Amino acid sequence: MIIATNVTKKFGRLTVLNNVSVNCNKGECIALIGPNGSGKTTLVKSILGMVVPDSGFITFNGLNILHNWEYRRHIGYMPQIGRYPENMTIGHAFAMMKDIRKAEHHGPLDEELLHSFGLPTIMEKRMRTLSGGTTQRVSAALAFLFNPDVLILDEPTAGLDPIASEILKEKIVKEKERGKLIIITSHILSELDDLVTQVIYMQDGNLLFHKSLQNLQKDTGEAKLSRAIAFIMKSK
Amino acid sequence: MIKIIKHVIADILRNKIVIAYTIFLLAIGMSVFNLEDNTTKGLLSLLNIVLIVVPLVCIIFSTIYVYNSAEFVELLVSQPLQRKHIWLSLFSGIALALTLAFFIGIGIPVLLYSFTATGLILVGVGLLLTTIFVAIALLAAVHTRDKAKGIGIAVLLWLYFSLLFDGLILFILFQFSDYPLENLMLVLSALNPVDMGRILILLKMDVSALMGYTGAIFQNFFGTTTGIISTLLVMLLWIVLPMGFSLRKFKRKDL
Amino acid sequence: MKSFLLCIGFMCGVYCIPIHAAIVYVGKGHAYVSIQQAVTAAKNGDTVWVAPGIYKEKNIIIEKPLVLLGENYPVIDGEHTYQMISVRANEVTIKGFKLIHSGTSSLIDIAGIKVYDVKNINIENNVLEDTFFGIYLQGATNCIIKNNRLTAYAKTDQQSGNGIHCWKCDSLNIIGNMVTGHRDGIYFEFVTNSLIWKNRSIKNSRYGLHFMFSHNDAYIANIFQNNSAGVSVMFTHGVKMFNNVFEDNWGDGCYGIFLKEITDSHISGNTFLRNTTAIFFEGATRVLVEKNTFIKNGWAVKIQANSIQNTITHNNFLANSFDIATNGSLVENTFNKNYWDKYEGYDLNKDGVGDVPYHPVSMFSMIVAENPTAMILFRSFMATLFDKTEKILPSLTPENLVDKFPYMKPLRL
Repeated sequence: MIIATNVTKKFGRLTVLNNVSVNCNKGECIALIGPNGSGKTTLVKSILGMVVPDSGFITFNGLNILHNWEYRRHIGYMPQIGRYPENMTIGHAFAMMKDIRKAEHHGPLDEELLHSFGLPTIMEKRMRTLSGGTTQRVSAALAFLFNPDVLILDEPTAGLDPIASEILKEKIVKEKERGKLIIITSHILSELDDLVTQVIYMQDGNLLFHKSLQNLQKDTGEAKLSRAIAFIMKSK
Repeated sequence: MIKIIKHVIADILRNKIVIAYTIFLLAIGMSVFNLEDNTTKGLLSLLNIVLIVVPLVCIIFSTIYVYNSAEFVELLVSQPLQRKHIWLSLFSGIALALTLAFFIGIGIPVLLYSFTATGLILVGVGLLLTTIFVAIALLAAVHTRDKAKGIGIAVLLWLYFSLLFDGLILFILFQFSDYPLENLMLVLSALNPVDMGRILILLKMDVSALMGYTGAIFQNFFGTTTGIISTLLVMLLWIVLPMGFSLRKFKRKDL
Repeated sequence: MKSFLLCIGFMCGVYCIPIHAAIVYVGKGHAYVSIQQAVTAAKNGDTVWVAPGIYKEKNIIIEKPLVLLGENYPVIDGEHTYQMISVRANEVTIKGFKLIHSGTSSLIDIAGIKVYDVKNINIENNVLEDTFFGIYLQGATNCIIKNNRLTAYAKTDQQSGNGIHCWKCDSLNIIGNMVTGHRDGIYFEFVTNSLIWKNRSIKNSRYGLHFMFSHNDAYIANIFQNNSAGVSVMFTHGVKMFNNVFEDNWGDGCYGIFLKEITDSHISGNTFLRNTTAIFFEGATRVLVEKNTFIKNGWAVKIQANSIQNTITHNNFLANSFDIATNGSLVENTFNKNYWDKYEGYDLNKDGVGDVPYHPVSMFSMIVAENPTAMILFRSFMATLFDKTEKILPSLTPENLVDKFPYMKPLRL
């Protein structure tokens, strides 16, 4: 579904993505992991068209995404830090997003997260008054709202309390089972165990491996993702 | 595109600084006409507001707003939207909100108390300068990632357009006073929208004095319909060109 | 009662035809068809009554006291070649004619009506169109030129003469005339003890009013508007200019009034509106400028350093681009007790007079005087900063050009 081919990106002298190729398919839930500054976010941003690769290309459903913008209607994106115009209310933010996407989106809206996060009761609150966690809930609800084929979640659980975190995870599992492609970047490996089917590990801009979770467990002999990764890092 | 503009405007109009700016302009606009018994003197006070305060507030506010909107812009970019539309919407939103603030603050008092050619030109120039400096701010903001640096550049640009440029002109005038410089001045003034706006207003406000010295040049160029239309066109270029450059940059920018 | 009697007497003197005088009629069906024939035939003191029509007379010469009356503006056509009427006798009255198409010449001054070295001439209610000079008096004494309309259409200075041109005259009354399209609207050279009252001199190609060596004349309630060089007055003493309006005289070297070598004169109650320079002093001495209103002029007063002992007081300065400009630091004129709308001082003792002096010369006006093109920077932030700095630390502007008692409110004039 999403194929990146030899993607290279430099910021000045720093190579953030070095010849990265990756192939993501429907029904997969991919954990994009790696230390800070390993290029995870840049890769995600490249897929979203926020960052334009210096070389290489990315296709979405077989179409090059360069100079293309319509493919993004199939993507729901939850940013690491969501910030909205500060005088906007939550209700306003939802109205705006519906405004923006209603031309492309015809099916029913998925308001499950909206309700389970209890957002309808605080629709009138302004964005600048919200805590980080509440903002994250808004971001998450917005990402799932249009029932997209692909969900890209950048550190989704950072800032969420355990309950909200659990609600989100359940939602992710549910969407995965409905055959969607889900890409998650995260530091907190422990909570990815029940979710992911694939693991992409990045370091210093290089894609070290892309394996299914079973293969990873088999290769390392560890059942837990965190231990498996630790094993790999040690063996380097 | 209109849907994003709508939301940007709605946000800015609730912004405390914009509300304060509107009230500040309105207070000045009303008080100069109520305190001064002659409206020409009132217009004169407003001239300084239009030429100095409006560009300063517009360029700094817009720069800060663009930096504060960075994550919001990222969010918009991740949506099925063209980057061109996002950037133009942001520009139109800020420009419309600030021109509205100016129109309420200065435009209405002028229309109430001094509905004259000079007054109308003053308001027109204020609206144009507002838009021009929003465009310039966007250009400054798109080129630097660092917020503090961006604001610094914005302040420097303002200083350049309202003071340094004129200092340079004065330097040239005295350094080359033996040469006929009128035509050169005409061309140079096109390089500074503040100067162009000021000259447009001078042509109404100080027409008697302008008929004197460099009279021929002023009268033959700015005084004619062609002159006024070309001045307006150059001022529009001052919106279109910075906007065009910043749009080109924004389309390729990594967020 | 006395004034009523005087009035009756005046009317008889001017309007009544002397009882013994005859009336000679000119026109179709009358004794004469030519005005010149009638004038030649008439006796001293007769009235020549001219019926409506077009008369091509090739210069009517009047050499005896006569009253020449036109009925319903008979037209005297100079056919672009001739002068229309020449007056060479005392006590002549010319009323109610339309004089058109005089000749033009660069050698002699051809006029609509020309008066040669005589006295007691009365020229009233005539219309002059397309004439070279309009009404031309040389060596005339005690004449009345009243309610005439003079219009010329010449394109260049060379092709046009002056409207009312007076040379070596005395005791003239020039009243209620309208002059437009001429070179100088009203021109005086060596004319003394005369009154110029309620005339309008508009859109003339040089000066609205131009005089030299014309002492002790009074100019009252005239309007000088839109003349390409304004009003120029030179080498004269004892000029009185009261309640005139100087308006829209625009251009470089164009002045509401240009005072050159004027002494002991009085300029009062005039209105100066939208002139490039309202009053320009050059070598003027002991001129009192009071109770005038200066509105929206480029420069209200430009005073050259060679002007001394002039007094500018009790004037209103409103919305002028510059109030005063001068070319030197030596100032021997006084500027006290005016109202300046640019004055920003205060009045703590509430006596209506500002407590700090006002310096009417701005720093930027000195810069513009030095380098005229700098006008392009007028009202810029930089220019404002210059002026403010100069107010705090005066360095360039003449220190003694100051109003020590500026009024806080405009004067009622």
